[in-house]
Amino acid sequence: MSSSEATSGSGPPEEIRAVPVRRPGRWIAAAIVVVVAAALIRSVVTNPRFEWSVVGNYLFDQRILEGLVVTIELTVIAMAIGVVLGVLLAVMRVSSNPLVSRASWLYIWFFRGTPVLVQLLFWYNIAALYPKLGLGIPFGPAFVHPDVNTLITAFRAAVLGLGLNEGAYMAEIVRAGMISVDEGQAHAAQSLGMTRVQTMRRIVLPQAMRVIIPPTGNETISMLKTTSLASVIAVTELLYSAEQIFAVNYKTIPLLITASVWYIVCTSILYVGQHHLERYFGRGATREVR
Amino acid sequence: MSTPMVNAESVHKRFGRQEVLKGITLSVAPGEVMCLLGPSGSGKSTFLRCINHLEKIQAGRLFVDGELVGYRQVGEKLHELHEREVTHKRAEIGMVFQHFNLFPHMTALGNVTCAPMCVKKIGREQARERGAELLGRVGLADKLDAYPAQLSGGQQQRVAIARALAMEPKLMLFDEPTSALDPELVGEVLAVMKQLAGAGMTMIVVTHEIGFAREVADTVVFMDGGVVVESGPPADVLGNPRNERTRAFLSKVL
Repeated sequence: MSSSEATSGSGPPEEIRAVPVRRPGRWIAAAIVVVVAAALIRSVVTNPRFEWSVVGNYLFDQRILEGLVVTIELTVIAMAIGVVLGVLLAVMRVSSNPLVSRASWLYIWFFRGTPVLVQLLFWYNIAALYPKLGLGIPFGPAFVHPDVNTLITAFRAAVLGLGLNEGAYMAEIVRAGMISVDEGQAHAAQSLGMTRVQTMRRIVLPQAMRVIIPPTGNETISMLKTTSLASVIAVTELLYSAEQIFAVNYKTIPLLITASVWYIVCTSILYVGQHHLERYFGRGATREVR
Repeated sequence: MSTPMVNAESVHKRFGRQEVLKGITLSVAPGEVMCLLGPSGSGKSTFLRCINHLEKIQAGRLFVDGELVGYRQVGEKLHELHEREVTHKRAEIGMVFQHFNLFPHMTALGNVTCAPMCVKKIGREQARERGAELLGRVGLADKLDAYPAQLSGGQQQRVAIARALAMEPKLMLFDEPTSALDPELVGEVLAVMKQLAGAGMTMIVVTHEIGFAREVADTVVFMDGGVVVESGPPADVLGNPRNERTRAFLSKVL
């Protein structure tokens, strides 16, 4: 009698119920995590110096909320500048005109090579370098002469500093995305009679988005937090608003926690947005039918 | 005799210092199907890419439908064409690639309607209607909304053929259209190409499918080392090759 006949008569075989291997290491590790977490939570809850009631009082304080709005404004405007500039610099970088591509390289080299805090301070003090700005024909007559000191407010200095710096990073992200698209895509588009601009806009960039979106999400989250640097040039964003309050009432820790709570709320919302963008631009990349 | 659809006169192409095409002279009449055979690296694909000016040639003359490819002749001098004029001429030549090169972020119908809409400025509704009809003709009427990743290789290549046909080309170039396919999928793509040849399309096909060349081609050209070694009707070149290199190649692939 063959073995296949031996099993076929008695229906499906009995399910295996084996004694699992003991893993004491797992239990010890889990115990350590639980103990450490419990100790942390206990200290956070019982240490009166956290002053959670103060955090609660200031969480929806008018000044804090106004600071939050400025933080969001800074993030949105600086990222918008960064993305537009990034695409422009990336396209310049792959240009066949050597001067154009070198210019892009130089920009990226400079803005990535200097600290963003220094750049912020630089823009804030730009009036010391160029007190007057002339808008007109280069080397010719100027039509308007705005005073730089009034033109570059703290907020505008922060937008310039953060946005121009972000452009350098976004340029590298966009370029990586463009490189990731197979060359055959451009050939196919060209063979159909599309111009280089059409090929870039309709074929290459939409596919590059799949590679560009995740790091751009990181950059946005990073930007939201980096805006706190603008507090050093007295932009009344979230951190500076908190600082102004604790400068008066000395509730330093609770107010720093208040600001942190809002930062974490905002970054969490960005997480969700990033997830949905990734799904949208990932279409066609998988076999599953949606 | 009518104007040849493609006329190559001593076409030379170099990549850096490496000469890939060393004087290709051939002519394809309207409605003719020409198969290019030859070992890899013999310059077949490069020659195809020169025809729609994806590659520049360094010497010789290349005409499509009586017009110089990529240049305008003014007296003795050649003037490079503007990108707009080059793309305009490319739009009249369809090309099918070895690796399909479908746009993965668009559905099958999106792939087929993309170029008619943005190059020929045809209305969305009209483009979709025509696209659906073309996909029906290559046997994919039920796959209009499928993304390329959801299609088999043979289906993808048929979408790619429909995409090229959507521009209503007067000439179709096939660059090893079945080389990347599983053997059992080759037939469905060749069937579509046969149907196209039967409808009178002018075609230049780079292929290793000797059977297809024998059955469908009007002319078979054997290339090696950047030159045309032998050309003529399939019965002559495939059945009774005169050149030693052609014979050696055929004995390996048959």
